Amino acid sequence: MSGFPANVPAWAALLAAGLVLFGAGLTFIGALGLVRLQTFYERVHAPTLGATLGMFAVLCGSVVYFTGAEGRFMPVELLAAVFFTATTPVTLIILARAALFRDRTDRSGDGVRVPLEGECAGVVRTPPDVITDPRRSDAPQDR
Amino acid sequence: MIRAVLPHPILSLGLFGASLLLSGSTAPPSLALALLMALAAPQIMRVLDVEPVRLRKPLTLLSFAVVVTRDIIRSNWEVALVVLGLNPSGDKRVSGFVHIPLEMRDRYGLAVLAVVITSTPGTIWVEYEDATGVLLLHILDLQDGDDWAERIKNRYERRLMEIFE
Repeated sequence: MSGFPANVPAWAALLAAGLVLFGAGLTFIGALGLVRLQTFYERVHAPTLGATLGMFAVLCGSVVYFTGAEGRFMPVELLAAVFFTATTPVTLIILARAALFRDRTDRSGDGVRVPLEGECAGVVRTPPDVITDPRRSDAPQDR
Repeated sequence: MIRAVLPHPILSLGLFGASLLLSGSTAPPSLALALLMALAAPQIMRVLDVEPVRLRKPLTLLSFAVVVTRDIIRSNWEVALVVLGLNPSGDKRVSGFVHIPLEMRDRYGLAVLAVVITSTPGTIWVEYEDATGVLLLHILDLQDGDDWAERIKNRYERRLMEIFE
């Protein structure tokens, strides 16, 4: 880690810069989504941009940079990728479930109509190919 | 015999690799530490009585990874367009919930499916009912031609069932 840009080859520095900028850009678009999307369920989708391709591009940039700087390949970023991928969905699922619970029990949310508990109970008895019709339950009538 | 030493071979392999990466070297002390981790941690799991992961068809895992990577890259692009307001459907975009009856019952398979669906921008795993096996998804951009049940079942569930069940 000692050598800062001085002994990093130019190609590694440029490639790393490109990857980090690309990843940061995607993450920024994801963050923008938190502001621009309308309902809670829509907003939960936005951060996954930064958590998947954005994260991957930044980590790739890090691998390229430190491989160039240290002259050996030791991708410790792989661990960051694994733990990032395994933990982010847990948080997002918990958030979505909490919102679903709120919207089923009171009306303090965005006014999105959500499927009630067991609303899909009748679905199981029919063959899978018959019930593929998506329920468009939060059509934007109240916005 | 091998089960006594390595009750969770995949966990052991993962810990061995993680330990080497964290040490940042393959010198003998790092190797010894990694080996110790790989042998000791599964014994703790044995006390916890965790069902070991069995991969029936490890090679299918590769084709699954390819499919998932391609889907994630494509939906990153699609969701980015939605956020920037550049998506083809424009203001008429509708988001909503979709019910999907799953046949897979293996808990590791379901866990992987949950991670994959939630990691893919534009789809979120919202709820799964154990008793009925019905999964509730939220989809950011519901388009008319899209058959989500077909997509989830054919692309992901079928392969996961091959791998885990």
